[in-house]
Amino acid sequence: MAILADKDTRVIIQGITGGQGTFHSQAMLNFGTKIVAGVTPGKGGQEVNGIPVFDTVMEAKEAHDATAAVIFVPAPFAGDAALEAIAAHLNPVVVITEHVPVRDEIRVIHTAKRQGITVIGPNTPGIITPGAKQKLGIMPGHVFADGPVGLMSRSGTLTYEIAAGMTYAGIGMTTAIGLGGDPCVGLTPIEAVKLFEKDNDTKALVLVGEIGGDAEERAAAYIKEHYDRPVVGFIAGRTAPPGKRMGHAGAIISGSTGTAQAKIKALNDAGIPVAEKPSDVARLLQDVL
Amino acid sequence: MKLLEHEAKDIFRAFNMPTPPGGVAETPEEAMSIAAKVGKPVVVKAQVLSGKRGKAGGVKFADTPEQAKEIAKHILGLKINDLPVEAVLVEEKLDIQQEIYAGITIDRNERKYVVIGSGAGGMSIEELAEESPEKIVKMHVDPSIGFLPYNAREMATKMGFRGKQINKLASFFLKLWNIVEANDVELTEINPLILTKDGRFLAADARLNVDDNALFRHKQMMESLKRDPVEQNEREKIATENDMAYVELDGNIACICNGAGLTMATLDAVSLYGGKASTFLDLGGGADAERVEKGIEVALMYPKVKAILINIMGGITRCDDVAKGILAARDDGDITVPMVVRMVGTNEEEGQEILNKAGIPFLKTMEEAASKVVNLAKEVK
Repeated sequence: MAILADKDTRVIIQGITGGQGTFHSQAMLNFGTKIVAGVTPGKGGQEVNGIPVFDTVMEAKEAHDATAAVIFVPAPFAGDAALEAIAAHLNPVVVITEHVPVRDEIRVIHTAKRQGITVIGPNTPGIITPGAKQKLGIMPGHVFADGPVGLMSRSGTLTYEIAAGMTYAGIGMTTAIGLGGDPCVGLTPIEAVKLFEKDNDTKALVLVGEIGGDAEERAAAYIKEHYDRPVVGFIAGRTAPPGKRMGHAGAIISGSTGTAQAKIKALNDAGIPVAEKPSDVARLLQDVL
Repeated sequence: MKLLEHEAKDIFRAFNMPTPPGGVAETPEEAMSIAAKVGKPVVVKAQVLSGKRGKAGGVKFADTPEQAKEIAKHILGLKINDLPVEAVLVEEKLDIQQEIYAGITIDRNERKYVVIGSGAGGMSIEELAEESPEKIVKMHVDPSIGFLPYNAREMATKMGFRGKQINKLASFFLKLWNIVEANDVELTEINPLILTKDGRFLAADARLNVDDNALFRHKQMMESLKRDPVEQNEREKIATENDMAYVELDGNIACICNGAGLTMATLDAVSLYGGKASTFLDLGGGADAERVEKGIEVALMYPKVKAILINIMGGITRCDDVAKGILAARDDGDITVPMVVRMVGTNEEEGQEILNKAGIPFLKTMEEAASKVVNLAKEVK
């Protein structure tokens, strides 16, 4: 078992004819992802990496019985692309694109919510379920092994760093989710915990957070009250100065909120050990598994 | 993008939101003539992107046009938060009955806009939240229907207003909402919004931040500003032009990595081993050799840098590309301080071979790399 993507997931790539879409659809195919169709308006009838391209998401879905969407469409059009995927009832909808206007994000997130659809991102490396050979995103598949841990993170390469450390230590993952580096994202840490809670194969969680907002604090409070399995944390940005955006739009300490110290304290208060360095995550997991 | 007060007020007035009479001056003489036109005591305010301009002496009152000229001369010579004051806003000094707070921002958890108001304006909303949170009224906006007149009236009544003032203040909030929607605003504040003794509501201050990611929809606004969207030093400009995220800090170790989370974690690791970072430099996804070389070049332009730590976790970024970039920077003679390289992931072996041949050592773990660069930085005089 896993969450959000399993062996039955059938993927549409929106923006497949663009540079990123073409490159990553091939990388996904190499990993084993079941990509059934691509969409680029005006380019229907073409093929990319052997994948048939359609003009609209609905056509692609109907022709190939697709269940999920991965979006590589440029930021000005990404919101519209996500709404099109939601209208076609694809679930989940993974928005890889960075720099999507926040007003568009809000509209996408709430439209999806009303229909019970999960949006991952924007500004995410995507999701990966190693056991089912399904990668809906841009992460290097080989650093993610199959196993009993659910991984969620607001970051990309830091997730690979931690996943590689886990894989090296012989600890695999049910599903790893990049939640996205923007202030407003479709799936929040607390919602991800709730999804993993329903998966019996997920025996422990890793929560990788960073400065900005208080989503980690909220997840910690939920875990304390409701989640019984072990959780290990890591928070990036202990040394980040206030008022500066550290690469991610969402990674900013505003006033006194969003500090790493507050997040670490909240996690510790919920009984969650927090690793000092990325490599300590695997060591802490070995203690609890 | 943050707008200056007078730029924000231009947008306010375009939406029929009342602001005090006055104008922008770049010279003391202009300030005097604006004050003369206003014909009443005025306030002279530095136009800088800093919240603390009042405390820095950037806001002063003048009773006469001559006084306004003297004050403008003084303020135009100030530097606030290291930024020179290039213009002042000269406006009528209002006869205050009540100071009000009105703002709209984004609630990251609800992922909705939230309208915020208080009958106790003047102090910052953070201070107000500390001192008397019960005086703050908040209302989330349903993304599918927006902020409606009855929502605005409810805000006004909850803030303690009665009678005709309810509709007047509600109309203010509705205009503010329209401004947010029309301009992709991520944060706006009017603090204070003034209720005058003769019953008028006026936006005495204006803060307006537009979503950088939405600027492509607001070309006209950008043109009317006639300035760069953000104030950046030369190094920051080069980094932005090359799609890198770059933040200067006060230590001496430049951390050049790929990915924001990894870069932050690398800064933290440096600190854990007793060092201090000078630079957060995220090369971004899929950096090629040229971008790596550029990154090293930009990092070295910052005089505080005494050592460089390159930490790459290859995903879409390929280690052989990174190695080529490092090599190119070294061969150009760009690298003038000790450097530590840690590089794993996609095309790791090819990358390591390039570095081996060039005699550039590399490490395999973040911990080793962070601890080594801290020691090297200590040795540099």
